[in-house]
Amino acid sequence: MLETPSVATVQPPAHPAEQPIAAAASRQRTAIIDCDIHNALPSEKTLHKYLSARWRRHLETVGMRGPYGSAYPRLYPNAARHDAWPPSGLPPGADLDFLRAQLLDGWQIDYGILNCLFGVGGQLNLEFGAALAQAMNDWQVAEWVEPEPRLRASLLVPYEDGELAAAEIDRMGSHPAFAQVLLIARTAQPLGARKYWKLYEAAARHNLPIGIHFGGGGGGPITGSGWPSFYIEDHGGMPQAFQAQIISLVYAGVFDHFPTLKFVLIEGGFAWLPPLMWRMDALWQTLGAEVPHLTQPPSSYIRKHFWLTTQPIEEPPQRAYFDQLLDHLNMNDRLMFATDYPHWDFDAPDRAIPPHLDHRLRRAIMADNAAVLYGLDIGDQEIGSAPENGSA
Amino acid sequence: MSDTANATRIQTTAQPAAQNVAILDGPLIDCDIHNELPNLDTLHPYLPAHWVDYVTHSAFAAPDVNDYPRGSPLSARADFIPVGEDEIGTRPGSSLRHIQEQVLDPWRVETGILNCTYWVQSVHDEYLAAALATALNTWQVEHWLEGDPRLRASIVVPSQNPMAAAAEIDRWGAHPGFVQVLLPVRAQALYGNRRYDPIFEAAARHELVIGIHAGGASGLPPSPVGWPATYIEEVAGIAQIFQSQVINLIAEGVFDRFPTLRVTLIESGFTWLPSLMWRIDKEWKGLRSDTPWVKRLPSAYMLDHLRITTQPLDAPTDPRQFAQIIQQLDSEELLLFATDYPHARFATPDAAFPVDLPHTLAHKIRYANAQAWYRL
Repeated sequence: MLETPSVATVQPPAHPAEQPIAAAASRQRTAIIDCDIHNALPSEKTLHKYLSARWRRHLETVGMRGPYGSAYPRLYPNAARHDAWPPSGLPPGADLDFLRAQLLDGWQIDYGILNCLFGVGGQLNLEFGAALAQAMNDWQVAEWVEPEPRLRASLLVPYEDGELAAAEIDRMGSHPAFAQVLLIARTAQPLGARKYWKLYEAAARHNLPIGIHFGGGGGGPITGSGWPSFYIEDHGGMPQAFQAQIISLVYAGVFDHFPTLKFVLIEGGFAWLPPLMWRMDALWQTLGAEVPHLTQPPSSYIRKHFWLTTQPIEEPPQRAYFDQLLDHLNMNDRLMFATDYPHWDFDAPDRAIPPHLDHRLRRAIMADNAAVLYGLDIGDQEIGSAPENGSA
Repeated sequence: MSDTANATRIQTTAQPAAQNVAILDGPLIDCDIHNELPNLDTLHPYLPAHWVDYVTHSAFAAPDVNDYPRGSPLSARADFIPVGEDEIGTRPGSSLRHIQEQVLDPWRVETGILNCTYWVQSVHDEYLAAALATALNTWQVEHWLEGDPRLRASIVVPSQNPMAAAAEIDRWGAHPGFVQVLLPVRAQALYGNRRYDPIFEAAARHELVIGIHAGGASGLPPSPVGWPATYIEEVAGIAQIFQSQVINLIAEGVFDRFPTLRVTLIESGFTWLPSLMWRIDKEWKGLRSDTPWVKRLPSAYMLDHLRITTQPLDAPTDPRQFAQIIQQLDSEELLLFATDYPHARFATPDAAFPVDLPHTLAHKIRYANAQAWYRL
């Protein structure tokens, strides 16, 4: 029989959903930009006034339809923290007043980027998806960003059709309410595929970053070897989808074609990125002739074109490994803090980032990097103040 | 196997050195040598008459797999491509003499483990797949194991039909030359799924290692987001399939059901393993009620039940960072040296593992870990 190694004696902390959310009292004031907040619809009825009669009827009689059979029920309703259910009875993330009090005021957050996960892009009926995207974006402007100036929204698009997505980006992409275009990690095809390029062209035209958020489902198995069984695999297996997207985007030459394009990987983690860069660089040495449009090692494209949010923060068993990770990553100016409010795996602003980090690096991660990317004014930011990598 | 189960933390910091050949200095066990089937005719003597008829007269040529395109620079090192007068056009890795002359002799290999990646799993006709597996294994005994006492082999199984695969394992399980059952990392279902239990039961019965090897063609896309466009994307993405398999083996409780099971990840890369340990340990802390039979931290299962071959390295160019990644594995027992012959993973022997290691760790990676794991 196998012995139990010493590592197994580590006691897990209190369950994340049981930990208190508001503990901001004694925190020293530093700017905070939260790059992953989930606003939600109170109900589908909310959309009625934003939809044409034709699509309102469709919503009421047919409703939303995606590739069924790929559900892994979350362990918590709405994936939410227990204390994030508003007293108003609305779903978590749907009550602006409550979100404002609990998150923005509670943690003194300077700016928050909304990533609404309403499944517009996964609609099988692409025209319906486009109509929903328009409605959702109009709703976000009217009911979120206009009433709350600390918030910026992400533009929802029917991303499985490049032209329809580009049309929505052209319609709303220059509106100051929107900080980025939002995609989801599990698309129907790898994101380097040509079908998505019109979307990239439009994003580049409006100088909008493209966020890729955890989740989604393009209809195929969610691993390269079929369907897993459990939610923990669906949730814990998301980095594999992010890696597949980076591999595709870089090798397909998306950045050779759109040299100003910026991608933000949201809720994907980042410890897997250095090994991926090493593997991609090594393969480029051997197999680069297949992709002659690449002019630099894959890692150069990645460090130039990608940003990363911190939640869920990486938790290696030793502090030194975290420092080594930052050194291997060499992207100190690309890490951006996020809470993932109101979801169960919320990262608290005062606890998520390891306390031993250099204060300038902490500042960069908590606010400066996002302020630069999204063009947000946080007053006394020190542009480019992220310390050298490895000095964490 | 308590010594291998004990995850010894690496206390020393490996330092880069000018002569990075410590890994090669001494006896060697090569855990990934590819013996290739020269051609389908080779199997005729080992196939029942019906299947000889079928493979002769039908359009069947080989399993519908293309892990190593023939002209690709990754598929064979230039110096491993047969050039002899009577060898032109034969597949690299298909000759015992070449494996002796190009790997076993020059590397002073004490034991070489053959991984025949003729993926019968991609033959949808399960009867043909089973017949091919039996033929391949008989051929491996006669032409490889009996040809050189330094060689050990992996059992080819029609794992798309686990009952047939278990029968094939039982056929060969008592043969001392077979040390492993070989599965392609790509399958129609992840290997933790209960449907595969007969394979693990048979492997446990014969104390065989399960080797999960890069490649295969299940008919399903090789990524979580569909089919990539290029070969380089597909190869880069193989590491993610290994990650999914590791997550699944643990989540499904395979190591709780088969506590003696040993799984080797072959040609997977290993530098991603620390990040996977951190991620899945964290997931387990938040979601362990989803899989209550998983009693320990996922990383504890990994350290006990997994070993990984060293090629491809997928290493950083900075030797200091490479040493750090090896340290982050949190175990000296995990890595098994492999050349991946005849694939072109490295150009020269001293590039096989280009970091100088403490002597004891180098010895473990080069020899002792594989000796204990495969009970050589």
